Amino acid sequence: MSDNKNKQADLPRVGFYICHCGSNIAGTIDVVEVSKYVSGLPGVAVSREYKYMCSDPGQEMIAQDIKDHKLERLVVAACSPNLHEETFRKAAAKGGLNPFFFQMVNIREHASWVHTDKGAATQKAMDLARAAVARVRHHQSLEKKRVPVDPNVLVVGGGIAGIHAALTLANAGKKVTLVEREATIGGHMALFDKTFPTLDCAACILTPKMSAVKSHPNIKLWTYSEVEKVEGYVGNYKVKVKRKPRYVNEDLCVGCMECIDACVFKEAKFPDKFNQGLGKRKPVYIDFPQATPKVVLLDPQTCIQLKTGKCKKSCAEVCDRKAFDFEQKEKFEEIQVGAIVLATGFKAYDAKRDHQYGYGRYPGVYTALEIERLVNASGPTSGEVVLRDGKKPKAVGIVHCVGSRDAKSNKWCSRVCCMYSLKLAHLIKEHSDAEVYNFYIDMRTPGKGYEEFYDKLLSEGVHFIRGRVSDVTDWAVTPEEEGRLVMRVEDTLAGFVRRIPVDMVVLSTGLEPQHDAQEVRRRFNIGCGSEGFFQERHPKLAPVNTFTDGIYIAGACQAPRDIPDTVAQAGAAAAEALALIDAGFVELEPNTSHVIEDECSGCKSCIPLCPYSAISFEENKKKAIINEVLCKGCGVCAAACPSGSIRQNLFEDDEIFSEIEGVLAK
Amino acid sequence: MTEKFEPRIVAFFCNWCTYTAADLAGVSRLKYAPNVSVIRVMCSGRVDPQFVLDAFARGADGVLLGGCHPGDCHYAEGNYKTLRRMRMLERMLKAMGIHDGRFRLEWISGAEGEKVRTVINEMTEKVRALGPLDLPGKTLEWDKELKELEAHVNQSAPKEEAVHAR
Repeated sequence: MSDNKNKQADLPRVGFYICHCGSNIAGTIDVVEVSKYVSGLPGVAVSREYKYMCSDPGQEMIAQDIKDHKLERLVVAACSPNLHEETFRKAAAKGGLNPFFFQMVNIREHASWVHTDKGAATQKAMDLARAAVARVRHHQSLEKKRVPVDPNVLVVGGGIAGIHAALTLANAGKKVTLVEREATIGGHMALFDKTFPTLDCAACILTPKMSAVKSHPNIKLWTYSEVEKVEGYVGNYKVKVKRKPRYVNEDLCVGCMECIDACVFKEAKFPDKFNQGLGKRKPVYIDFPQATPKVVLLDPQTCIQLKTGKCKKSCAEVCDRKAFDFEQKEKFEEIQVGAIVLATGFKAYDAKRDHQYGYGRYPGVYTALEIERLVNASGPTSGEVVLRDGKKPKAVGIVHCVGSRDAKSNKWCSRVCCMYSLKLAHLIKEHSDAEVYNFYIDMRTPGKGYEEFYDKLLSEGVHFIRGRVSDVTDWAVTPEEEGRLVMRVEDTLAGFVRRIPVDMVVLSTGLEPQHDAQEVRRRFNIGCGSEGFFQERHPKLAPVNTFTDGIYIAGACQAPRDIPDTVAQAGAAAAEALALIDAGFVELEPNTSHVIEDECSGCKSCIPLCPYSAISFEENKKKAIINEVLCKGCGVCAAACPSGSIRQNLFEDDEIFSEIEGVLAK
Repeated sequence: MTEKFEPRIVAFFCNWCTYTAADLAGVSRLKYAPNVSVIRVMCSGRVDPQFVLDAFARGADGVLLGGCHPGDCHYAEGNYKTLRRMRMLERMLKAMGIHDGRFRLEWISGAEGEKVRTVINEMTEKVRALGPLDLPGKTLEWDKELKELEAHVNQSAPKEEAVHAR
């Protein structure tokens, strides 16, 4: 041992700490054994184990030890550095040590949670600890770089999430640009008639917020626009937005809609997308009366003038504001923002994918969104529940979990379908005298007042049948079924198979990621989970953050959720953005690369490799030079430099080589 | 090596995708072989081929490299550079007798915890079946052969030229 101690004299003094994490680590890894083992490694001055290293006493212990034992390096074996690296860096700083003289060993996510063999897991923990002790000796003292944060914010998506986030930010005095792909904000909520469980009218609570967005002095509203490109980093994003042509000057149009009456098409004859194709619209249209901004637009697919250039343009003639501009082109605008809130929402499951329910084959089969429009007073039937042929349905069957909880399509529960199915059952009953059947697998009503709403429905005389509908058919076997749709289902509570004839089938389609969620996440450099929804930084502790700092997510783009949860999340995302902006600056990881000038041979290999063009060639010196502000710290150049003269902070060659050596040493 | 051979595999995982996926595997409590030790790098593009060679030279039986899927790199295109480098390295490794899956490059996104498990289990099985690589032992042998050759050359060649032999 004394020999060992002599050898230690010229090595930096390392403090090693291993966390039990309750039984999360200690249950699989013999932490006492690891601690004992590490205490014998050269240079290790202190080695301790503790129940919860991340707790205050744990951090305090580290800070105290640094002072008492004159520690020069710190190694903590605990959870993932993604979780607590920052915590222990702070503990190091508290003890007076440069926070980067620290290395974290991940023995929870990468060992105790994934291994069952205690001996092997303990051995692996020792290997990893030894590697970290070897590595940390080479660590350098570093400083975090501070960069200012642009106080402006971009909100992408104008559904209830985007609206709420934009208003919160704007009310806090920040300048917000709200970009929405469709011609109006409002999103899915604008389609709904009533909202569960309170049955307050969606328009009554949404449209005032939409108007508030339009009139807010701090909000710039860009509808019919899409984000094309995002560059930069936290606090300093440069965003390019494509503004699609409406062929109507937004600043001039007052939304009087006289042009719609004047259109050469006397009858509206094109499917109305807003009304889910149930209604008709003209080539010049506005989605719904409260559309925000209240500006008409032209559909280039159906407008005669835009298609052929030969129309008498009666729409433009009646417009006394001269708002029409048939020559309008798409244009691109660039904005600078410090933070971005993504609230791009969801896509309803395509009911055609479940052939057994006959959507698209039987006219009597509807999606829930179509019914939302049918029961809506401003919808295509003015709120009357009628079939496509105009007849009133005598019986309606609502199929839950279409495209949810199904191994063939989506495994997840879409969370809102049970509740909105109950709501639709209530509304259909209210708007017609039909018998309503709900076919459910499990009734899921977690939420304030939700279970009570279900109870209310039970007493309203709606039928509930537990069982997944096997198919919908028009093959009648009894006279009563003639000319109707028959729903075949195993009633799992009664214990037999039933055939229930109805006139209208409602498919409660689940929530899916937007069709272009993958492209969008690439554009913003964030991740998607395996289902395709945007990935949050931590499922519990950072639900609106992403792995890219300064980009936050809110609403159903992250996972299926209802309106109250969406609004809460939008508020949280806005608060995160505010916290970032009001701090005024961000501290960037110092893991950037730099060139050791004396060693650079000027071969220029590194220059084309840098994706951020951060490396340039200094002609007079014949050396490469890295702009640290542009460098994002990937280390591609460091790996490529033939003379090893590019160093990446925190990931230097000797640090990694000693880690390799350490992990493999016996 | 009387007991069952347990391969030692060193993995280099990029911080944004594969390391996160390994964290996810942990959070999801997926169980996999304990033979792989992970070294974190910011981007798979940081992995100098020398890291891989060094790992083998220090006794690793396998080396696994994990990065983001093509098109998904957090640094735009680091993983393409990794791919190019590693294709070249594979040829060199083959010439050294290191092949048959002892070196593996995998794209694993942050959502693919399950893939971390499959890849690690598969690779461990494969390398276990191949047996120990023992490059350090082989290097000693090669050194010995070289010394013998050198001695042989020195013996038969005139003395002055032997000075230039190395």
